[in-house]
Amino acid sequence: MNSELAIILIACLTSVACAIPGVFLVLRKMALISDAISHSILPGIVIGFFITEDLASPWLILLAAFSGIITVVLVEAIQKTGLVKEDTAIGLVFPALFSIGVLLIAIYASDIHLDADAVLVGRLEYAAFDQLMIGNESYGPKSMWTISTTLLITLALLFAFYKELKLSTFDIGLSSALGFSPVLMHYGLMSIASVTTVVSFDAVGAILVVALMIAPAAAAYLLTTDLNKMILLSVLFGIVSAVGGYYFAVWLDASISGSITTVLGLIFLLVYLFAPSKGLIAVLFRQKRQRIEVSLLTFLLHLNNHDSEEERRVGHLQEHINWGKVRSQTVLDLAEKNNMINVQNQVVFLTKKGLEFTEKALDYIITNKDEKIEDMKNDFFLFRG
Amino acid sequence: MELTDFFTDYTLRTITLGTAVLGAICGMLGSFAVLRKQSLLGDAISHAALPGIALAFLFTGLKDSNVLLLGALISGLIGTVWIRGIVTKTHLKTDTALGLILSLFFGFGELVLSYLKKQPDANQAGLDKYLFGQAATLVESDVMLMVIVTGISLAVMLLFWKEFKLLLFDKNYASTLGFNTRFIDGLISFFIVLAIVIGLQTVGVVLMSAMLLAPAAAARQWTNSLGMMVLLAAVFGMFSGVFGTAISATYNNLSTGPVIVLVAAVFVVISFIFSPGRGILFKQIRLIRNRRDLELKKTLYFMYGIVEKHEDISRPHAIRILNSFQGFTKGTLRALADKNWIEIKGQDWSLTEEGFETAQNLYNTNIPES
Repeated sequence: MNSELAIILIACLTSVACAIPGVFLVLRKMALISDAISHSILPGIVIGFFITEDLASPWLILLAAFSGIITVVLVEAIQKTGLVKEDTAIGLVFPALFSIGVLLIAIYASDIHLDADAVLVGRLEYAAFDQLMIGNESYGPKSMWTISTTLLITLALLFAFYKELKLSTFDIGLSSALGFSPVLMHYGLMSIASVTTVVSFDAVGAILVVALMIAPAAAAYLLTTDLNKMILLSVLFGIVSAVGGYYFAVWLDASISGSITTVLGLIFLLVYLFAPSKGLIAVLFRQKRQRIEVSLLTFLLHLNNHDSEEERRVGHLQEHINWGKVRSQTVLDLAEKNNMINVQNQVVFLTKKGLEFTEKALDYIITNKDEKIEDMKNDFFLFRG
Repeated sequence: MELTDFFTDYTLRTITLGTAVLGAICGMLGSFAVLRKQSLLGDAISHAALPGIALAFLFTGLKDSNVLLLGALISGLIGTVWIRGIVTKTHLKTDTALGLILSLFFGFGELVLSYLKKQPDANQAGLDKYLFGQAATLVESDVMLMVIVTGISLAVMLLFWKEFKLLLFDKNYASTLGFNTRFIDGLISFFIVLAIVIGLQTVGVVLMSAMLLAPAAAARQWTNSLGMMVLLAAVFGMFSGVFGTAISATYNNLSTGPVIVLVAAVFVVISFIFSPGRGILFKQIRLIRNRRDLELKKTLYFMYGIVEKHEDISRPHAIRILNSFQGFTKGTLRALADKNWIEIKGQDWSLTEEGFETAQNLYNTNIPES
């Protein structure tokens, strides 16, 4: 297998393996646990390396994953003492463990290829050359084997426990009432996240593994609210960024894992800006429209309250409600376009439709009952969405 | 290395002074971060500063630390603003936003750094020190910068002390009083970013957040007053900086960042366990003491139940009849006698006047405990 294909394949497998647990971490508001785990498996990896002297050994992977679980347990134990808040607990545990790992490397292992720099960003470039040898046969890169095994296990568990996982993510109360143990799901997910982090570690490093877990899921979450689609989308984003990142890195002659993350960042930026209904632009547009709609409502209520022509002259309205000229004009235009008012000789009149609308709105405001607003939603553009 | 080197060796003195000042400012501003529940914001910002450093070098070609730190400051601020943008404008939660900015910015920074490494002419060696920090590279001008920044932030903190405090504990009240909460909020965040950025050279982007958190978390355990906490955190931070530098200098220039973080972690562990008010140890001792006290009073009340039926309070009863009751041992009987609640004569016990009254009022909450 040529090395280019091997690297792309490893990158794709890693990003898919990370994206799946990432979706659940994001949904469970535990995104930063992945940050904590990815840092604190380092002492596990170093100690494992002293024992096995092989970075791809299954024992090392288990040992390191175990130190990931210890982190989760430690964070939860500190939270339980109530001495500090949850986020502080995370922020205290992982730098300490990571520091121990870095120092262990610096003191005992400075001559092996486990240097602190590689720990942060990984060495995807070399991952393809570390071949699995049985006898004299080469069976492809080692990391490809470890990552695809992890991916298969993840997929098997995902299909087996999909329902339970979904339930415990969205409704812990219901899932424990139905007899599924949320604690078991929690630690199961943590174990998968730890193992995935450990096997991805060699290829993409401690911090970029966080990007591979969170960014695809976050981008997908802005595009859909359906769990199946979210998983598929984040897998897709992962693969696109892995392939795109590889060619970008080759073109720039720079770090592959850094470039994959950069592509992921661009994908997220695009989604963040342009996602329909949840992207920044859509949100800003909606907020602006809602502001005008609320102004319109205020305006109509004002008209309803005043009978004398004196109070309803266009110029007077500007003074009375204290709006600028532009805003008053926008509101007037909008109301006229919707046939809620008509203007004769600079005096504003409510039309029949306008009157009906205002009364419904008043009804809603006075009673504050949701069912009142339901009719309005159908009849008028206001309160849409 | 001898202890006296700290006072005679010029380089070492500069470095020690630098880390001490850094520890102090981090502890000071970190207190606000911890109390505002923004502990991990520091982590995200420090990682987000990396592309700033790399780009500043790419564009200027200068390795002057002031230029690089300016780049770090700008990209840290962009990261902060973006995090706020994600949290306020979308339905993604804070943790996701922090994780995103942290890893995406860092990855981009790594991309630029690796690109720089491949450039034939540019001498980029030394940028790596911003990953884990290398206090040994501090020079006098760096320390001057730290002192100036610390001075400014101290002045601003004292000037806006009342506002900061109000915002921390009751934001709504602050805005009803007419304070511009957004401005004050921004001001605190700006200084936290500033503290992170000046620490990058010494502690590095990866571990800077712990430098901000650990002293504050430790100080929180010893006091409930904001002023005291800020002061204590500054002191803890200072000591972590000095000890950390000393240890890392002794062992053949280990990266300073991890050593300082571990020293700070020791402070945290000690505070968690031994602080008199909140510490685990004293909490446990109080728990055991309370439990014993409860057992004692239960025994007393059981005795009271027996004595109540007789007219003569001081009439002795055999210890034997207590056997059906679980909560007594020789020790508790002696403790009761010590309190002068009962008298023990041979195999018999009797309630004293005082013991009878105590038992009578045991569950009467209207009488204040004397």
